[in-house]
Amino acid sequence: MHLVILGNGITGVTCALTVRRLQPEARITLVSSESAHHYSRTALMYVYMGHLRAQDIKPYEDWFWDENRLALVHATATALNTAENLLILDNSTTLAYDQLLLATGSESKFFDWPGQQLAGVQGLYGLPDLEAMTRDTHGISRGVVVGGGLIGVELAEMLHSRGIEPVVLVRDARYWASVLPPEEANLVDRQFQENHVSVRYGTELREILANAQGRVRAVVTTAGEEIACQWVGLATGVRPNLTLAKTSNVETDQGILVDELLRTNVPNVFAAGDCAQHRRPGAGEVPIEQLWYTGRMQGETVAHTICGQSTPYRRGIWFNSAKFFNLEYQTYGHAPAAPTPGLTSFYWEHPNCRAAVRVYFRSEAPHAVVGFNALGLRLRHAVCEQWIAQRAPVATVISHFGAANFDPEFFPQHEKAIVADFNRQFPEQPVVLKQRKGLFARL
Amino acid sequence: MLTPPLPVSSPAEKLMLAVVAGGLLALLLALADADPSRRNSWFWLAVGLVSAGTLAWSWLKYGRQPAGVRQNNLWLRASTGRGAVAWVTGLVLTGFYVVLYWFSNDDGQGNFGLLTNLVHPLDGLSQALRARPADQWFLYGTFYTLAVLLMGGRALWKYRHSRYQLIRTVSVMFFQLGFAFLIPGLLQFFQQPEFYFSYFWPLKYDYLFPGTVTSLLQKGGLGVFMVFWGAVMSLVATPVLTYFYGKRWYCSWVCGCGGLAETAGDPYRHLSDKSRVAWRWEVRIIYPVLGLIVAITALLWVHFATGGTLLGAAGNVAAKWYGFAIGSVFSGVIGVGFYPIMGSRVWCRFGCPMAAYLGLLQKHFSRFRISTNGAQCISCGNCSNVCEMGIDVQQYAQRGAPIVRASCVGCGMCSTACPRGVLNLENGPREGRTQASPLIHADSLRILS
Repeated sequence: MHLVILGNGITGVTCALTVRRLQPEARITLVSSESAHHYSRTALMYVYMGHLRAQDIKPYEDWFWDENRLALVHATATALNTAENLLILDNSTTLAYDQLLLATGSESKFFDWPGQQLAGVQGLYGLPDLEAMTRDTHGISRGVVVGGGLIGVELAEMLHSRGIEPVVLVRDARYWASVLPPEEANLVDRQFQENHVSVRYGTELREILANAQGRVRAVVTTAGEEIACQWVGLATGVRPNLTLAKTSNVETDQGILVDELLRTNVPNVFAAGDCAQHRRPGAGEVPIEQLWYTGRMQGETVAHTICGQSTPYRRGIWFNSAKFFNLEYQTYGHAPAAPTPGLTSFYWEHPNCRAAVRVYFRSEAPHAVVGFNALGLRLRHAVCEQWIAQRAPVATVISHFGAANFDPEFFPQHEKAIVADFNRQFPEQPVVLKQRKGLFARL
Repeated sequence: MLTPPLPVSSPAEKLMLAVVAGGLLALLLALADADPSRRNSWFWLAVGLVSAGTLAWSWLKYGRQPAGVRQNNLWLRASTGRGAVAWVTGLVLTGFYVVLYWFSNDDGQGNFGLLTNLVHPLDGLSQALRARPADQWFLYGTFYTLAVLLMGGRALWKYRHSRYQLIRTVSVMFFQLGFAFLIPGLLQFFQQPEFYFSYFWPLKYDYLFPGTVTSLLQKGGLGVFMVFWGAVMSLVATPVLTYFYGKRWYCSWVCGCGGLAETAGDPYRHLSDKSRVAWRWEVRIIYPVLGLIVAITALLWVHFATGGTLLGAAGNVAAKWYGFAIGSVFSGVIGVGFYPIMGSRVWCRFGCPMAAYLGLLQKHFSRFRISTNGAQCISCGNCSNVCEMGIDVQQYAQRGAPIVRASCVGCGMCSTACPRGVLNLENGPREGRTQASPLIHADSLRILS
């Protein structure tokens, strides 16, 4: 079997590694126009900030691909001929495949703002964006970031690290309002304040203004404010990269349409990761998932189907993480931003505003726990997942909260304060702390 | 890719760096000045300026910002990114060690070669502490301790968001000042053998040589205790403590070499080579060094037991060459001199026989591991970057596997630097210690050959 994978991001590479494990004899070729080797997209910001060098964000050393017989082709695929199982490359060669995985990822999504094509205006998705940003923020004094999501805060931190003043425009009344409840968003806002980053909430971009050279010189917000700046980062999301799929008869909508086995409408052609759109997403799940973790899971799942072990994609219990300046964030399970009928949440926050926990549970007895948010403290993934899967009652979870504590040794332990706060908020479910973190907890 | 301009340091930071530079200049003047009292003034001015400048600069750089991981522009600065400043620093450090080891011996009249003008200003301190004049090794010990304390101060500011790092940094500062400087000095003051209670065989290899043992035993009560301490620490306490806590109880909490690496070497920790090639060299070098010192020790005891008739001078000659090649060149000149180019743990990683011994124990007989948190790794590479021992931590984290490696000194920096809370140093039951998380399906490819 010759498996050709379009894209060497986390989805494509995970699929390649999994197929290599399941079928040691398979011929596998990875095609990418972006980079010769797989790199970690999530680490782009650390290269800009000088924490890492470009070569440090390659998750595998260069010998890895040869030794595991994974052929790498650094070229752009310009057309796909599914009738003849052929991929046409821009280096005037063709690749014949038996099975094809489209893992073409995303591209930045802009909203037709006047001036969005100006020099010094960009998104942050791949290596070309990193290069553009490095070049265009050279020696500037202020950059405007549009978007109140994960990339928005990353761009602000990147500019901040170079002594460039960031101004962030956030459409909603709080940061990441679609994901974070107000209390959590407030802690993120404190990070912006501590780092002297000004944020305009409830404000959108109206227009980007050019100077005589065709470079950005200012933005105008929907509030009518004109903000002088020399660079604009548009962090308003991504959309599936369909350039190649559209040269073929592979069916697309917002993304490449796939069934639960991640098959497209064309036999032997699969799609996974950012570019795939699920025809029938699971209950409460979105049709297009654009995350590192889901890319990895989809890549692994589709590899099984490609190898003849048909495996439907099941996302499982949700998890995600991020870091907002100095504040770490982890979430597990169902953790909605807004009050949800049938769900109650318990929120604890440390008085220093650097640590918080929210536990979501069903309002009716036995109050099964459904999700967690953690800010500024680390929770054990396996324990949280187990509690959610077993529908553990909230009283059990809170009394054993130390079991989920993943903070380093000697860190302040908050379990006592969390239990006390829970008893204050939910006196009808009195809880006694039974398990603290560490060696003494087990004695 | 284009290298962007670095943000300009604040005038206050620049001023403090100028104060440090002024201190180094004063040190050169002390070196060149023939007049003893002026020379002493330059020397103490140098110590004062370097100390005050370093501490003030650290506070300005780290203390005024919110607490958190501070790695901005690490690879972009010439001083920490193998630029010109780093090469000059490396040359100066290497040169200092060469002069110290081979061009500063006492000529019998109180002249210490090229370093004599730096040794004598310390006579007063040495008299007070040790009741004898200073020599080149007292100068070295003083500078070493000062470096650990001052750069320890910097580390305390830099890592104040992590209690693990705070306590660990205080620990290495305490052991350097107390166990490797004050106590050996005081022992000399009271006419006792100079003894370092924080160094053990096979790092301090001669502590279990028959020559040292017999001469200590002749010194009476305290000497007997020193022999007992040395043997118990090497042969009993080391396996027991490593079983419970991993080799970190020594390498990143107590040891002086580790103490210098964790403080003065902290700006260079990311420079260690993470490649598989480097790992292979590590294994090829460090275990033969351990084998060599065990063999030499055994040879000397056989020679001793047979009344000095069996092997002639072979053991002593071998010990002398070991001391030159490993004790001086490897641990000193290369180990510290190459900090700014190869990272802060070159000696600990490639050469230290104690690290090799502790590493074997840690890998096979210990409860210690670095746990990976489920499937939360994003393969960003920050953990591998900060690993001073050159472990590609990411290879484990992205497979959901715990890190059980002989070389890990447990500094905890991977856990501190991880932006997603994935890594945690833990001591736990040995069952399942190397079990990967089921939340990532670890592939069986040859990544960790």
